Parts: sequence; C-alpha cells; structure tokens
Amino acid sequence: MNIFDNMEAIYLAIVLAPLTGAIIAGLFGRIVGRNGAHWVTIAGVGIASILSLIAYKHHVFDGAAAYNGAVYTWLSVGNIHFEVGFLVDRLSVTMMVVVTFVSWMIHIYTIGYMHDDLGYQRFFSYMSLFTFFMLMLVMSNNFVQLFFGWEGVGLVSYLLIGFWFKRDKAVFAGLKAFLVNRVGDFGFLLGIAAILMYFNTLDYAEVFQQAPALSTATIEIVAGHDWSLMSFICICLFIGAMGKSAQVPLHVWLPDSMEGPTPISALIHAATMVTAGIFMVARMSPMFELSETALSFVMVIGAVTAISMGLVGLVQNDIKRVIAYSTLSQLGYMTVALGASAYAAAMFHLVTHAFFKALLFLCAGAVIIAMHHEQDMRKMGGLYRYMPITWFTCLIGSLALIGFPGTSGFFSKDAIIEAVYHSNLPVAGFAYYAVLAGVFITALYSFRLFFLTFHGKERLNKHTWEHLHEAPKVITVPLVILAIPSLLAGIFLIGPMLFDGYFMQAIHVASTHDVLAEMGKDYHGVFSFTLHAFKSAPVYLTLAGVVTAWVLYIKFPYMPAILEKRFSLLHKILINKYGFDDFYQVVFARGSREIGRFLWRFGDVRLIDGFFVNGTALTIRWFSSVVRTIQSGYLYDYAFAMILGLLFLLGIFVHGILN
Amino acid sequence: MFENLPLLSLVIWTPILAGLWVLYAGDRQEETVKYFSLAVSILVFVLSILLYVRFDTSSYKFQFVEKALWIDRFDIYYSLGIDGISLPLIMLTSFITMLIVLAAWEIIEKRISQYMAAFLILEGLMNGVFASLDAMLFYFFWEAMLIPMFLIIGIWGGPGRVYATIKFFLYTFLGSVFMLIALLYLYSEAGSFYIPDLHALPLSLTAQKYIFIAFLLAFAVKVPMWPVHTWLPDAHVEAPTGGSVILAAIMLKMGGYGFLRFSLPVVPDASFAFDGLMITLSLIAIVYIGFVALVQQDMKKLIAYSSISHMGFATLGFFVAFSIYHSGNSASGAIMAIEGGMMQMISHGFISAALFLCVGVMYERLHSRQIKDYGGVVNTMPRFAAFMMLFAMANAGLPGTSGFVGEFLVIISSFQASFLIAFLAATILILGAAFTLWMYKRVIFGDIANDKVAELTDITPREGLILGLLAIVILLFGVWPAPIFEVMHPTIEHLFEHMIQTKLG
Repeated sequence: MNIFDNMEAIYLAIVLAPLTGAIIAGLFGRIVGRNGAHWVTIAGVGIASILSLIAYKHHVFDGAAAYNGAVYTWLSVGNIHFEVGFLVDRLSVTMMVVVTFVSWMIHIYTIGYMHDDLGYQRFFSYMSLFTFFMLMLVMSNNFVQLFFGWEGVGLVSYLLIGFWFKRDKAVFAGLKAFLVNRVGDFGFLLGIAAILMYFNTLDYAEVFQQAPALSTATIEIVAGHDWSLMSFICICLFIGAMGKSAQVPLHVWLPDSMEGPTPISALIHAATMVTAGIFMVARMSPMFELSETALSFVMVIGAVTAISMGLVGLVQNDIKRVIAYSTLSQLGYMTVALGASAYAAAMFHLVTHAFFKALLFLCAGAVIIAMHHEQDMRKMGGLYRYMPITWFTCLIGSLALIGFPGTSGFFSKDAIIEAVYHSNLPVAGFAYYAVLAGVFITALYSFRLFFLTFHGKERLNKHTWEHLHEAPKVITVPLVILAIPSLLAGIFLIGPMLFDGYFMQAIHVASTHDVLAEMGKDYHGVFSFTLHAFKSAPVYLTLAGVVTAWVLYIKFPYMPAILEKRFSLLHKILINKYGFDDFYQVVFARGSREIGRFLWRFGDVRLIDGFFVNGTALTIRWFSSVVRTIQSGYLYDYAFAMILGLLFLLGIFVHGILN
Repeated sequence: MFENLPLLSLVIWTPILAGLWVLYAGDRQEETVKYFSLAVSILVFVLSILLYVRFDTSSYKFQFVEKALWIDRFDIYYSLGIDGISLPLIMLTSFITMLIVLAAWEIIEKRISQYMAAFLILEGLMNGVFASLDAMLFYFFWEAMLIPMFLIIGIWGGPGRVYATIKFFLYTFLGSVFMLIALLYLYSEAGSFYIPDLHALPLSLTAQKYIFIAFLLAFAVKVPMWPVHTWLPDAHVEAPTGGSVILAAIMLKMGGYGFLRFSLPVVPDASFAFDGLMITLSLIAIVYIGFVALVQQDMKKLIAYSSISHMGFATLGFFVAFSIYHSGNSASGAIMAIEGGMMQMISHGFISAALFLCVGVMYERLHSRQIKDYGGVVNTMPRFAAFMMLFAMANAGLPGTSGFVGEFLVIISSFQASFLIAFLAATILILGAAFTLWMYKRVIFGDIANDKVAELTDITPREGLILGLLAIVILLFGVWPAPIFEVMHPTIEHLFEHMIQTKLG
C-alpha cells in the first residue's frame, strides 16, 4: 500500500502527535516523570516532523496537487459553515517542515538546557502545545481555524514568557505580550468580520476565488467616506500580523519576551511564532495583490521596523536582547518583501532566518549557561578560547545574518533588496534606502555582539571564569546541525524558491507587481548572482559594518563611550527604545486604569448607587419620616386634622352652592 | 419503557419535593441529607440528558408538552413545554446545581440541610421558569425563585448581606412588578396566558412600546444591563460560593431568556423601534463595565463586573439582529447574532461558575477575596492554578474554549450592522484579557506573597472533580459547539421570523 494514498490521515497525525505529547507531559507529568515527558514530546514532534517531510516530498518532489479538505464542521449557522480543515500546498508544507524541524531541535536541546529546572515537564508540554497551535495555523484552510492557531500560539507564548512565574518581570512580560497581541488580533477579527460580510464564507478557497470580483467594492466605515474594501480588509488583517510578527508599533512585546526562561523560548518566538504574520500575508496574497494601498502600508511598516529596530540593537548589552532586536529588524525585511509583492522572497528569508536565528539563539544559550546565567556582554569577552564550537557556529550564524556573500542570509536578503528596488509602489524609494541602511546596521550590531562576547579582553569575574566550559553535546550537536543549513541553504534554495515557481498557485502575484519575474530575467544561477552582488552596494555596506565593529570594539575599545557622550541625545533615544514602552505604559496601561477607576467611583458608586439607588431609598425614608410625624398618636392632633378636613369640605360645598 | 414520563414535571418537582423532604429531615441526618441531595441533583441532570436525547432537533415546536387546568377563573393553565432555547438552559441549570451540591460538601458548616434544600428547590423553580408555557405559571416560578435566593444570601452570606439582599430583592422585584402588569394587559387583550397565543397577538405600536418597557424593566435588571446592574456586584460579594455560582450561571440567563421568550416575539415592532437603545446599553455594558472590572480589588466583584460585560454580548446579539437584517436583508447574519448571544449565555454559565468556584476554593482556605491578600498561589497550588488558567483564558475568550464562540459570532455578525458596533464590541478582546489576566497575574503568579499563601494546600479530589467537569465542557463546546447549535437552529429561525413580521394592524 502506498503511504501517499491517505494523506488526510497523515495531516491529521501531524497535528495530533504534538498535541498528544503536550497533553501527556502536561497532565500526567508526575506519572511519566522527567524522562517520560521529554521522550513522549520529542516522539510527538518527531513524528510530526518526519510526516511533514513526507508531505513535503509528496507536494514538492512528486508534484501532488494542493490538498483542501474539511475534518469536521465546527458549527454552522444558516448557509454558513465554519469548518475545521486543512489546506496543504507548497506554502503550508514549507512552513510545516520549518516549524516541526526547528521545534524538534529545540525539544532535544531543552533536555540539556532545562536539566535542573523544576518545571521540566511543564516546559516540554508548552513547547509541544506551541507546535500544535502553530501547525493548526499554517495548515488551516479557513479564517476561523487560522484565528484559533493565531490566538493559541499567543497563549503558549504568554505561558512560556512567564514560565518562571516567580519573577515578576517575566510574568509582566508575558501579560504584555498577550495584550499587545490582542491589540493586533482586534484588527484581525474586524478583518475577518468584513470578509464574512462581503464574501459570505470564511473558507480560503472560496474567498480567494471571489476576491477579484470584489476588487473595486467599497466599504463605508466613516459616514460619507467610501474606502476600498480590499484595502480595509488587508490592512485589518495586517494589523494582526503586526502584533504577531512584532512590527512597529506593536513590536514592544518581543524584546521583553526575552524574560522567558531561556533562549529556547526566545527562539520559539523569534524563529517560529513571529513568522506567523509573514506566512499569513503570503497566504492572503490573492487579496493583498488587489490593494496597492495595503501593500504600501505593509512596505512602510516593514521598512520602519527594519531600520529603527536595528538601531536599538546597537545599544543593547544583554546578549539575548541584541538578538531579539535583530529579529525585529529582520522581520521588517520580510515585511518589506511582502509589500513589494515578493512573497516568495519573504518566505525564503523566513526559512533562512529560521535557521541562522535559531543557531544564534542557541549559541547565546550556550554562552549563557557557560557564564552561569550571565547575559551582559560587558562581562564577557575572549570566550573563543574556552568554547571553540560555540564560537565557530556563532560566527557562521552572524555571517549569515549580515548577509555575507555565499551564506544563506546573503541570498535571501539580497533578493529582498533587489525586489524593493524593482517595486513600483510610491513608497518603494524610501523602503529601498531603509533596507540598504539596515544592512550596515545589521553588520555593525551583529559583530559588536560577536566581538564583545568572543574576542577582546576577558572581562569575566573569577567565579564564572573558573566554571567556564564548552557546552555539553546535547547543546553543541544542534548547533552544528543548524550551522549547516545556515551556511548552505541559500545556495540550494534561491533558484527554485524565487524563480522557478516553487510556490505555484499557493502564492498569487499580479503581473504588474511581479518583481521576482523581473529579477528572474537577470538570474543566471547562484554563482553569477553572487558575483553580481559585488557590483552593488549591500556587500560593501556589510563589510563596512564589520570593519566598524572591529574598530570600535577591538581596536579602540574606549571609542564607544566617547561616541555615547558625543551623541548623548541619540543614545538616550535608542536606550529608551524611542519611548514606545513608556508611552504605552502611561497612556494605555495607566490611562485605562484611570478610566476604570473614574467610571467605577463616579459612575457606579456615586451616580448610580449613591444618587439613584440609595438616593431613592433615602427619599422614601425622608418622605415616610415626614408622613410619620402626622401620625403622632395624640388626640388633639387628630382632632385638629379633622377640623381642617371639615373646613376644607365645607369650603368646597359652599363654593359649589355659590356657583 | 418510560416513554410517557412527564419529564418536564419531573425536572421541576423532583428537586422541589426532595428539597422539602430535606428541610424536614434537618441537620440531624447530615450525611444522609448530603448524599440524598447529590443523588437527586444527579438524577435531575440525567433526566435533562434524557430530554436532550429525546428532543427533536428538526422542529421549532414546543416539545414534551404538558397541560392541565390550574385556575379556571382566569384561564391559567399548568402548561409546560420546551424548545431549542429552553432545553440548553434547563440542562445548564441541572448541571450547575449538581456541581453546587458537590461544592457545598465541606464548605457549608451551618444548616447544611437547609442549604441543600434551598438549592434543590431553587433548581426546580428555575427549571419551571424555562419550561413554562403559561405566562402566569412563568410569573409564579419567576417570583418564587427569589425566595430561596434571598435566603441563600441572607443566611449564608457575608457581613454586608442585609444591604445586599434587600438591594437584590427590591431591584428584581420592582422590575418584575412591571412585567406582571404587562402580562395582565396582554391577558386582557388575548384572553389567554398561553405564551404562543401571546406571540400571535396583534398589538398597536404604542401598546407594544409600553409592554416592551415593562418587560425591559424586569429583564434588564436580571441580565443585568447597565445602568441597573449595581445590585449584582454587591449580591455576589456577599453571597456564599454556591449562591454566586447559581446567580451568575443561571439567574442572569433569566433576563436573556425573557427577551427571547417575551420581548422579541410578543412585541417585535417595539423591539425593533428600541433596538438602538438596546444596542447602546449593551455596548456600554461591554466597554464601560470592562473598564470598571479592570480596577476591582475584590475578586468576586471583578468577576461580577466581568459577567455584566459578557452578558452585554447576549443582549447585543439579540437586538443587533434587527439592524443586520435591515441593512443587508441577510437573515443568516441576523440569526448568527441571536445564536451567538444564546451561545454566550450558555458558555458564560460554565465560565462564570468555574471562576466563582475558583474564588470559593481560595476563600475557603484563606478567608479573603481581596486580590492583595494573594500572590504566588501557583507555588502552593499548582493544579488549582492550571485549572484557573484555563478558566481565565476562557473568560478572555480564547478560541478553543466555549467563551470564544458566542463573542466571535456576535462580533462578526454585528459588523454587518455597523462597523462601529463591531469595533466597540471587539474591545472585549483587549479589555477582557486585561482584567482577567491581570487579576490572574496578581493572585496566582509571582513569589509566595505571605505566610498564609505559603500554607495553602492544593485542591482536594472533590474540588478537582468539580473543576475538571467544568473544564471538560468548556473545552468540548469550544472545539465542537455544533451540538448546541443544532438544538437551537429551528427555534431561533422560527423566532426570527416572528421578529421581522410586523404585528401592527
């Protein structure tokens, strides 16, 4: 029997295997024990990983048609059916492989990293659960399930960031991440609502099919103003992506997510979860292609993120935070590519980035363990002597990140820059210079990290120095495994992924936007692409960045302090991360508490309860107290009342006679 | 076998009679009383499942009908029957009562038999409300229900219980009186108290408007809608755990049920005329109360405010249906809104019950409901923390939990009425997460805050069973809400036909 005959069961197994692992490790962690927990989750994700590879072969090498089918009906109202189902094509299958493979590596690495942690089983459970939600997200064939996976990864990220729940900062960071993501989801949900209203379905295939017919439809949000429906929907959906993929101004949660226990959870965020937004936009390409407004919006947001977050990365001293800001900046690159309609280039960078960023995070993790949980780079230096494997793999990761010719990052990043260059959106000019400047900045902060950590003077304290050692095998093996694709993936993937119609119908690009086809005309293989790069600016900007880093941090280590003083205002702005955090803290966090307090104290307690409810009660009490005084019980009072009454009646009587 | 059992009478009178026996038995036979009450509540739940099994989901007609003359002089009948709106609520009632009896096992120390009796009788009366087809019978159950509730708060409540009970009683009683007047007027017009007759009764717009307002006063207090909501936080704070649970899970649903059973089908034109008001009040409940919930110091108050905010979705769904229908003529969008509101009521029954039980679990150990007295509970009660995490997430409307379904449907359908409505309603996504998770953070996470927290013990198997059952239903209806909707579809479609059909002239 052929294994490919029953793909539906395979897809189901891919999703359910990690879920099963998560449930067993989570609910029965005490019974299965530490070893049981890691075996069952590693097995679960491993199964998903291998089956994903099989599915990958099925779709990419055997050229199978896209699979689109429902598993069950979630609920139906009238003629609208909300279903749970899978859409597996080349786009989702690529994501499946990346997600499960990275997750699998992390699971293995965790055995070593979390070895002494009390929450061992819980951690494995979370990570498998994360894999489950992520798979539901990428494999979905409709918007409801997408939203399910979308919010699900948000949940697990909340749990992972706050994993060490005794630390107030970690818990706070988790809450912050969840709420910021919810702001994005808010937009996302409104986008879904608009889709349902105009398309009357939430199934991808049906929506995409109807989309061209609705390309000129308008929607009236503010009375009297007709906006393009597609622009509205796409921007709403993209707001969701801005939350999940940490784009300015919804990026603030990602750096703080480094409060999470480990580079592992950081990595889950950096290499996996944040790609959800990029993936989503690529998935929605048939809709985004219909709105240049939305594409321009996407491109501007991406460009701003790419450059501004790279700059912040320059002044960070925590090794994990530098990598976090680098992630933000790289996500900006991917977003720019989406805006330029180079979805394939965005996906390509997503894949290479997943490899080298995973590598860098794991290197940082290895360093942090070796340093006894010291993360401040100012207290490191010269580590290459003690941790050669980590040093070497970190070098490869850094080279890939800065786009050193030949490495995987080089191909993907160069493709993006070229794509922006070819784009004819009105904002492409700005975006082009932003990503170009970003190249120099990336090189600078990456090698600042590299030099401060591994080279220069040893600034360690004695205690750490005595314990310094290369990481154990469970940690170094994943490093080496990840270093290989970080170095080589680009060479093999660039041709097929960008220029040979790798994604087929999964990604739709309007012919007027097709920058990759434009680039494809000049593409004559990997070698000429590399050679060609030497004729353009990015390579030299990269080298300039590395040299600058060397000058500042190795040759003249006293220079940065001088520069800091000279440009103190700029430095302050960067240290404060442009003030986003403080602004949100004051305006939104404190502001909403103040509003709540006012509405409660004044609205509920004073006005409704104080005035109306208890006021009514008091009025009645007052009224009855007045009435009560009449009922005094003294005979003369009653006699007086009788006389008054008689006089009154008599008056009426007389009045009647007189008239 | 049992084909001809009067199931509805059984789910009403079994617990009431059992409750009376328990009262008679008294505290001398404490153990017997406990097990007897549990057995009865389980039996009623099984009967309600039997109702579900035998329910014909393809029909909107009232089923399991029973009819007998009660008061000949005024044509009042003992007339029972259920449709797709009442069935889920009866099941919810019997399910929650079962959990309350279990929860009371060791917590209630004084007058345990009376406590059990109060809840059993209350269960019967509430089932009566949902099953009545005669307006007077409905009114009888509706008012009778207040008595055990009044006693529950008044006897087993906290220090401020007198203020709270009086407030609760006056608020709800005042509202109900107007409903009685409306019902009497309807009787004078229709010559019948039979609810389907009232549905068919033609009425002038002025008459409809007066009736609508009278109904609104009764139902808005129960839901509760802003601005007649302030009795709820006080009642919750003072009520014992079981009282809070029943209040939030079932009693609030009476208001929503009233709208569906009376306001919408009896006075559809007035409902349409007032839909702007109702939508506004619902949105105020969602947003305003969401902010108020954020700053509460008392956990029960916070959950009470959260209840008001979430119930705003029920009323929003019911009344936004009109403008959805009229703006696009799409019946399916309108029906989605109503069913979303209904789903929200059911789901809120589970989630609010779960959260109040969680507070009860902590209160029993530490005798405080103040957030500041807690911190780091997860260190000493990890299993409890896991349960509460799930319930908190459900309260924040996470997809995959039942809390998501109703809110989602109401938000995406109200978009078809107006962007602004959907926009304001969707703020619950942020506010709901903020107030729930911020509380969770302060209570559960962090290092152990004080010695009392350090001495906490994790949940007992009994508590685990209660919370576990709730966790299962919350997840089940989150990933597979279809069964509830299958029950509701024909009824709500039929209701909607009533709503859009004018009764004028």
